[in-house]
Amino acid sequence: MEILWILAIPLIGGLLLALFGCQRFAPELNSAMSFGTFLASAFLTVRVITDGPMTALNEQFFVDSFNVFLVALTAFVAFTTSLFSRPYMRIEQHHGKLSINMLRLYHSMYQLFTFTMLLALLTNNLGIMWVAMEAATLTTVLLVSLYRTPASLEAAWKYFILCGVGIAQALFGTILVYFAAEKVLGAGGTALLWTHLDVVKTQLEPTVLSLAFVFLLVGYGTKVGLAPLHNWLPDAHAEGPTPVSAVLSGLLLNVALYAVVRSKVLVDGALGSHLAGNLMMGFGLLSVVMAAFFLSRQKDVKRMFAYSSIEHMGLMTFAFGMGGPVATFAGMLHMTVHSLTKSAIFFAVGHAAQQTGTQLMERIRGLIKTSPTIGWGLAIGTLAILGMPPFGVFASEFMIITTAMHSYPWTTPFLLAALGVAFAAIFGRMQTMVFGETTEQPLPHPPALVPVFVHLGLVLLLGLYIPPYLADWYRQAAALIG
Amino acid sequence: MENFYGQLINLFAALLLLIAFGMLSQRRVLSLINLFAMQGLVLSVSTMFVAYTSHQHHLYYSAALTLVLKVLILPWILHRLIRKLNVKWDVETLINIPTTMLVGIALVVFAFNLAAPISLMAGTITKSSLGIAMASVLLSFLMMITRSKAVPQVIGFLAMENGLFFAATSATYGMPMVVELGIALDVLVGMFILGIFFFQIRETFDSLDLKHMEKLKED
Repeated sequence: MEILWILAIPLIGGLLLALFGCQRFAPELNSAMSFGTFLASAFLTVRVITDGPMTALNEQFFVDSFNVFLVALTAFVAFTTSLFSRPYMRIEQHHGKLSINMLRLYHSMYQLFTFTMLLALLTNNLGIMWVAMEAATLTTVLLVSLYRTPASLEAAWKYFILCGVGIAQALFGTILVYFAAEKVLGAGGTALLWTHLDVVKTQLEPTVLSLAFVFLLVGYGTKVGLAPLHNWLPDAHAEGPTPVSAVLSGLLLNVALYAVVRSKVLVDGALGSHLAGNLMMGFGLLSVVMAAFFLSRQKDVKRMFAYSSIEHMGLMTFAFGMGGPVATFAGMLHMTVHSLTKSAIFFAVGHAAQQTGTQLMERIRGLIKTSPTIGWGLAIGTLAILGMPPFGVFASEFMIITTAMHSYPWTTPFLLAALGVAFAAIFGRMQTMVFGETTEQPLPHPPALVPVFVHLGLVLLLGLYIPPYLADWYRQAAALIG
Repeated sequence: MENFYGQLINLFAALLLLIAFGMLSQRRVLSLINLFAMQGLVLSVSTMFVAYTSHQHHLYYSAALTLVLKVLILPWILHRLIRKLNVKWDVETLINIPTTMLVGIALVVFAFNLAAPISLMAGTITKSSLGIAMASVLLSFLMMITRSKAVPQVIGFLAMENGLFFAATSATYGMPMVVELGIALDVLVGMFILGIFFFQIRETFDSLDLKHMEKLKED
């Protein structure tokens, strides 16, 4: 029942906002709908804590320990981002960058995007998961080009074509999985249901599944932003409105990785070898190293943090690729804390860019003088994402690197060098942006920075103490993923 | 009789591949759209034959869906778009056409080799056409890479979806109906969004040539 609510609220929200998006209360309605989704996901979480995993509606939807925390996280970040977007979009409108019709499109698509993300997480059907991932691209492509500047149109086109082609590969992978599953489960309804596939995964044809995994990894990997398929990601993050950057980094990348990991479970079962893990480790390591070096050459603040997202997604892919209880646990923890931290950073960066009227880092100065909350938000967020203790990112990175040292020692120098380069680049840039002298004026609307500190508070909390049920989910999911 | 229908489906598969090559060599946008509609028609008819021989009734619905979506609605939208945008000029390719064709042949050989082990396992009447499906996906991909204008790139994208659909019918007698409906919805919505998008690009750049859109690069 809760599952239905979680999906129905954003869908209705999208339709309502398409109708009433021109009204003055549209941003509030957007937040209210997102809050409703969040409440529904909270009820679902409580249900899962008491009753355990479940399926719904003829097994079309399911919740287990792997997707429950992602559902809660997605609904939560979507809600806080909608709070942030309220003053942010008002200021953009005040600056004359957006018309009222663009805002209507934005609000409606925002809700529909949330819907596609939650559908991709909750559906039990691999085909529907693909449909939802493709729909996520479709809902966000017009948001990336919202400002109609030449650069934003180029970014949106690149995003559409690259992700479209990528996701077509994933469809081919899904067809191959269905082809293998149909031999065991019979044609028709159940052969694409993940819970059924999981039961018979050892009987699936290994050659077909290994080919399918290559297509699925390349396809969904494009959306995760894995190198060398990452080209769309920095452009889409830098040119779209900041709330969109925040949800792309915080939600879309996670959900795409979720799709890859779900496929990995089936392939591992069918092959009984470490092929899927090795492929993921390779792509992951390449992304971490490549992103770290591109990161140090960036001039645009949102581009820099977009590359940081590629780096962290690479690290998670690497962790899931290594497998084993500790690395998988760390991968899931990293998914959680990265999503919270990165969206918090984008909130702070968004307001900073509005205040100074530029995204170029060399022209952003002295944030702490004009608006201490933006300055501190950015400073603390940066420290958190760089993996400083006692934040949660430190805990997950520590676990990933110690496992790598233990199981794959040759990867350690690459990982440490990449993390070091990223640290030096981001930390140096952050200092000049936060401190220093400035003559900028404060913003016309007070910025909403409560979400920043709530997110960072949660990341700090997860670094010090992980609630027992969350740790249980991570452990159970790690046992499932292997 | 079974064998006769098998041959017939293979014939349609060959036609599909031929049309994919035709699209690769076609310079004019209007003819490209007509070729795309023809590909949809071949796909729909071959799906109908697969449905008839295998007694899979849901494939009739897929065939009808393909007919409506890919032969009628999408080409109609594309025709309207290019009339409104007034783009009927010749398509420039980035690599010359004979070279593209040669690369295309290499791709077909590659696709057949890749599909060979899987085709052996397929119990369906259409198993030999899996290679063709994969080849037409790769050819559409090649077409997207070699075209510098927005409309042909999109036609390449849609043709790729045709190839994938053919792979689904030829290897597995089609995906479950709910998934197929979802995919069709995505394609349709995607087309609408692209339509809006074309106008935005034209308004900003005064042309649909993607050469204007090469500003975002790492330096």
